[in-house]
Amino acid sequence: MMQPQTQGDIIVCRDVCKWYGQFQALKDVSMSARRGEVIVIFGPSGSGKSTFIRCINRLEEHQSGQIIVDGIELSNDVRNIDAIRSEVGMVFQQFNLFPHLTVLDNIALAPKWVRRKPRAEAEQTAMELLKRVGIETQAHKFPGQLSGGQQQRVAIARALAMQPRIMLFDEPTSALDPEMIKEVLDVMIELAKSGMTMLVVTHEMGFAREVADRLVFFDHGQIVEQGTPEQIFTNPQEERTKRFLAQIL
Amino acid sequence: MALETQTAPPKVRLDPVRWMRDNLFSSWANSILTIVAVVLLYSIVQPASRWIFTQADWTVVVANLKLLMVGQYPLDQVWRVWLSLLLTMAMLGVSKGVWSKVVGNVGPAYVLGLTLLAVLPFPLYGLTNRLWLAAGAAVLIGGWWLGRRYGASPTFRNGVSWAWVLLLPLVLLLLRGIEPLLPVIPTRAWGGLLLTFVLAITTIVFSFPIGVLLAVGRRSSLPAVSIFSTIYIEVFRGVPLVTVLFMFLIMLPLFVPGSESTDNIIRAIVGFTLFTAAYIAENVRGGLQSIPKGQFEAAKAVGLNPFLTMVLIILPQALRIVIPSNVSQYVSLYKDTALVVVAGGGMLELLGISRNIANQPEFLGKFIEALVFAGVLYWIFAFSMSYIARRLEAEMGVSKR
Ligand SMILES: Nc1ncnc2c1ncn2[C@@H]1O[C@H](COP(=O)(O)OP(=O)(O)OP(=O)(O)O)[C@@H](O)[C@H]1O
Ligand SMILES: [Mg+2]
Repeated sequence: MMQPQTQGDIIVCRDVCKWYGQFQALKDVSMSARRGEVIVIFGPSGSGKSTFIRCINRLEEHQSGQIIVDGIELSNDVRNIDAIRSEVGMVFQQFNLFPHLTVLDNIALAPKWVRRKPRAEAEQTAMELLKRVGIETQAHKFPGQLSGGQQQRVAIARALAMQPRIMLFDEPTSALDPEMIKEVLDVMIELAKSGMTMLVVTHEMGFAREVADRLVFFDHGQIVEQGTPEQIFTNPQEERTKRFLAQIL
Repeated sequence: MALETQTAPPKVRLDPVRWMRDNLFSSWANSILTIVAVVLLYSIVQPASRWIFTQADWTVVVANLKLLMVGQYPLDQVWRVWLSLLLTMAMLGVSKGVWSKVVGNVGPAYVLGLTLLAVLPFPLYGLTNRLWLAAGAAVLIGGWWLGRRYGASPTFRNGVSWAWVLLLPLVLLLLRGIEPLLPVIPTRAWGGLLLTFVLAITTIVFSFPIGVLLAVGRRSSLPAVSIFSTIYIEVFRGVPLVTVLFMFLIMLPLFVPGSESTDNIIRAIVGFTLFTAAYIAENVRGGLQSIPKGQFEAAKAVGLNPFLTMVLIILPQALRIVIPSNVSQYVSLYKDTALVVVAGGGMLELLGISRNIANQPEFLGKFIEALVFAGVLYWIFAFSMSYIARRLEAEMGVSKR
């Protein structure tokens, strides 16, 4: 932990419920995250991991319970939504880069149009971020000309360009070929060590062991168990956690 | 085809015999198809060229050339049409210099065409017209040089884009005139190819933004907007173009008092525009639907509002996808401008004039020559349009790879 824990919780979720039609995808999920904390969320397919982190930047709306991000409660108030989205960066499994823009423009776009930064400044920051993720030589290519690992690093840089306080990752390495996973994880590890608050849905347990402060196990829309990597890996309390870990480790 | 593993691409051989064996006679079926195609081609080309060079009487075109080109536009003012052509050729040249791959062979082909028309000994037109044609080729080349020289500068490129936007109003003003600087030529006098162009280009320019707005409107979450767009699109797509034109040309004054004085050309353009916009909207809607959900989500996640998401992320991608279908819509519109004749209103564009010529006593029955000539003119510009569109699509596709 880089930052003192007394600064309080940057994300607070209380009894969050979410339905798709009749199907309940999240059942009374309560969880909070401290500033600078790195939380890894894992669990079987369909357990609601994506739904949960997408609720945090309101790509999905929860129907009951409370989500408070950096002191702002998520509601239907549009101003809140914009405020939240600029606090929270998101990285998707499928990268979702803008294919018609160059790598540099992908990153500089939101700072220019949302933060109203001058073009030169936005592009300079974008270049610095590209350096940070190790692909400054690709700045003027289009996303379609890059490898998957490079695209995902651009996506991370794009999210960082808005200077978010929280980063959400939804299975950032599961669409990648094995040899590209490491280059993306290295960037994420560096980010975690720099003190960023991160919620990461992943089954890369090596990553979890190295940088996670806490592991959260989801099943059937509920948090089954959470604890430090040490606790979860060596001494899981719940039968379901044990079974799942046995499958993936 | 043989599958071979090669380390370097094979060298290109310029061996016609080998080429024919590989491409035209690679199998029995292929050889038969080749022979059938050659026979067919010959049986069309042979009589056609015999007709063109020996039987057809092109004096009908020679005598009516001015009529076919500009209708009743006063002869002493025709320089305004020529000047418009020059401006357009200059812009084409500059664009060729700046976006060489997109304009492609259209640039050189027009230079060649204009030059040939200027120097070949057709008995069609006098020295002045030859000079104008030569000037057209010259400004095209001049623009080309200018475009190549300054094309690297973003400011210059922006300037060129804006110049295209300004070209249409400028040309329309030049053609119509403005008192007291230039005598006004009533649009009644505009005709022939000139009228075809004015109708088609103005419609294209106006129907595009309207169509895009309708397409976006149809997806709007505001019911009033989406219902209006849906009804509009479905109504105009369900009605024949002639009917729409008829409504605007003949029946409008019955419904809208005071509209009698509105120019016929303007009414026709409004009709064409509203009709075409519905089809453009439908095309664009298809493009919008093909954009993956992830693009909307990524845009939201970086904090773009719905308007910016549409303008910066979704539309640029959707509009690229629909370039081919939009251009084929525009090509058919360009040809359908001929329907103003059917709908009445007294306008004689290229096809209308060709048909009228056949009623002139000295050219009774010389109808086909005029039609063939008009057909060639239609084809040249329709083909240029789809050619440039294909290049544009390929060029923009680079970013999609
Ligand atoms: N838009 C939707 N409409 C209906 N049901 C949905 C929708 N999105 C997700 N679900 C359902 O909600 C449940 C949770 O989905 P979610 O995507 O959050 O799972 P996940 O834990 O991320 O799984 P995975 O590991 O496969 O990504 C699943 O059963 C899924 O079928
Ligand atoms: Mg998921």
